[in-house]
Amino acid sequence: MKETILIKVGEIALKGLNRRSFEDVLIKNIKRRVNCITPCEVKIAQSTIAVTPYKDNVDFDEIEECISKIFGIATYSRACIAEKNMESILSCAKEYLAETLNEINSFKVESKRSDKKFPLTSPEISREVGGFLAEEFPHLIVDVHNPDLVVTVEVRDYAAFIRGAAKKGAGGIPVGTGGNAVILISGGIDSPVAAWTMAKRGLSLTAVHFASPPYTSERAEDKVVRLLKKVSEYSGRMQMYTVPFTKIQEQIKDNCPEELFTIIMRRFMMQISERIAREKNCGALITGESLGQVASQTIGAIGCTDEACRLPVFRPLIGMDKEEIIEISRKIDTFDISIEPFEDCCTVFTPKHPRTKPVLKYVVEAQNKLPVDELIDEAVKNVKVTEISF
Amino acid sequence: MSKIVYLDNSATTVVCEEAAKKAYYIMTEKYGNPSSLHTLGFEAAKELEAARDVIAGSLSVSPTEIFFTSGGTESNNTAVFGAVNALKRRGNRIVTTAIEHSSVVEAAEKLKKDGYEVIFLEPDESGVIPKEKFINAINSDTILVSVMAVNNETGIIQPIKLVSNIISKSGSPALFHCDAVQAFGKVNLKPQKLGVDLMSISSHKIHGPKGVGALYIRKGARIVPLHYGGEQERKIRPGTESLPLICAFAEAVKVLPNIDEQHERISELWEYCKEKVLEIPNVYINSPDGVLPYILNISAVGVRSETMLHYLAESGIYVSSGSACAKGKKSHVLTAMGLSPERIDSAIRISFSKFNTKGDIDIFAEKLAEGMKNLAKSR
Repeated sequence: MKETILIKVGEIALKGLNRRSFEDVLIKNIKRRVNCITPCEVKIAQSTIAVTPYKDNVDFDEIEECISKIFGIATYSRACIAEKNMESILSCAKEYLAETLNEINSFKVESKRSDKKFPLTSPEISREVGGFLAEEFPHLIVDVHNPDLVVTVEVRDYAAFIRGAAKKGAGGIPVGTGGNAVILISGGIDSPVAAWTMAKRGLSLTAVHFASPPYTSERAEDKVVRLLKKVSEYSGRMQMYTVPFTKIQEQIKDNCPEELFTIIMRRFMMQISERIAREKNCGALITGESLGQVASQTIGAIGCTDEACRLPVFRPLIGMDKEEIIEISRKIDTFDISIEPFEDCCTVFTPKHPRTKPVLKYVVEAQNKLPVDELIDEAVKNVKVTEISF
Repeated sequence: MSKIVYLDNSATTVVCEEAAKKAYYIMTEKYGNPSSLHTLGFEAAKELEAARDVIAGSLSVSPTEIFFTSGGTESNNTAVFGAVNALKRRGNRIVTTAIEHSSVVEAAEKLKKDGYEVIFLEPDESGVIPKEKFINAINSDTILVSVMAVNNETGIIQPIKLVSNIISKSGSPALFHCDAVQAFGKVNLKPQKLGVDLMSISSHKIHGPKGVGALYIRKGARIVPLHYGGEQERKIRPGTESLPLICAFAEAVKVLPNIDEQHERISELWEYCKEKVLEIPNVYINSPDGVLPYILNISAVGVRSETMLHYLAESGIYVSSGSACAKGKKSHVLTAMGLSPERIDSAIRISFSKFNTKGDIDIFAEKLAEGMKNLAKSR
């Protein structure tokens, strides 16, 4: 009995003339991911993608988990491939679903026949398979309204498929169809969630992290690497740029008003990230800011940081509560790493009373007391690149 | 002495070279405390997490679900007491079997003394606990079910997935613990698929060092720790991690052969050994067909287990009488299977590893036959 995974694409099915290119990217993404586990044939027909391992006896759970993390997929389901005749369909249905059917009490059968040359119509197929299974598993009752399991039979051009319930995919649109963007990542709870959210909308990511040794440790940097690894299970591989930030932070501390420290620091971060973004052909910056969460995330403070950068800045968490953000971080399994207690660059030198309503003019004036371009050049020149992959 | 024939691999195994080297390397070079903030500590922490990744990968679980312990007994105790203490307000019944390892049986006995209602299910003659017994025993008052995957004396496999289905249908809040010490590395174990909340594994049964093991705790399953101290192992098992042993454990797991291929090879040994010993008069097989082929339990009726064990040891052949932890006590597993006293008295456990060959079995069978002749005569 040969098994496969059937994938229904998400909203890319709604795209017009671009649809093919979206599908091509999705197929490429699926191939790259599943081939890390086992070589698979990935083909699309009639807006359904079938992923079939070449080898027998492969770990389908692992493939399933990997597919559940690929953006652009609405639903997916494991299915058994049967020959296109009723005999094969019936025997496959019995064998393939035996374990599940033994554990439940009610079921119904739904059929789809996209190959209209198949001699039975969809209702006829359903009736026959349903009757057969009810006979083979006498404890089962047929319940068309509220069944424990919906058995689906799909008769397609090239084969017939039998499957149980479909599972919800990761949604979104395929990574790589939306261009590239830089994610500013600190090590907290928010930025990995922001990265994941924008990858869901099709962006490929490049990460920028600011490190301030000896105020921050290599453990803090390692934490970010592990966070990005988790994100990369969804977003695909990426590069992480670690920017040496100690000197800039020390200069701000020594020369600027204390209450403006965070704002000026964030302006530097934006400026450096923009430089890296332009070098890497990225069209936007992504941050994990959420309005009002901390002093540097008030409307005034965001106004002052935004001014430092000409690229669009995506802030996907801007309207979300902490609880909602945590919920996603748990879902993508970054929460436990995020709460590890290592100092990051955002917590070093934080002022006691940061300005919540900074005035742009004074902020820019204060920043310009420093040799801004020189500091940025030096930081960008000394970045360290780490390859991140799942 | 001539070549050693080691056929007591369920008691413990020889440490493989890779694991021994790794332990030495960690002891002499990565000796930092994983909790230290400096570079040496960080390097040690990286080794620790790499080891955790290996163990997690071998069970197809997340690394955050793996907790290192000092071995099978500690894992079993942590699981049993930890689960019962976490759920004590939700019920009073503990369901386990009469053929568990002593670290589960004795823990359950202690809980019985403390006032819990503990049910020890008996197997039928095939050594398996019948499904109906689980269905009858597991009720809504049950807070812990503990069943071993593979029995250490006979190799008999218990229907773990079936038990987890019964638990989920019973509507009980019970956590399901599985002692997989004998099964780990020998059968494909996936706690998630089996529906297991807690699973114990040990290093020294798979050519890793003694003194280290792990407990799988499903994400979301809460247990109360037995020990209190630092933040290590997320407070489930405080105390500085035994990094050399942990890393050697992971190394041993890394070099384990493919489970299916190995299973085939060991099955051949099992069949071959069975054939060979059955040629000897008065030798019977206690392990039914379909057991894990790493263990073959036989009885050489007429000669007491211990006598035969010492006789074989004189020639450098090492086997075991029943389970090594019971040290001469009458086997409660074979008793539960309803074997005659003569069979129980003369039971010998042969257990294989990846290092055994057919040649080993030839030597063993020859000496066993010799022993049956000489020792029976001298009686």
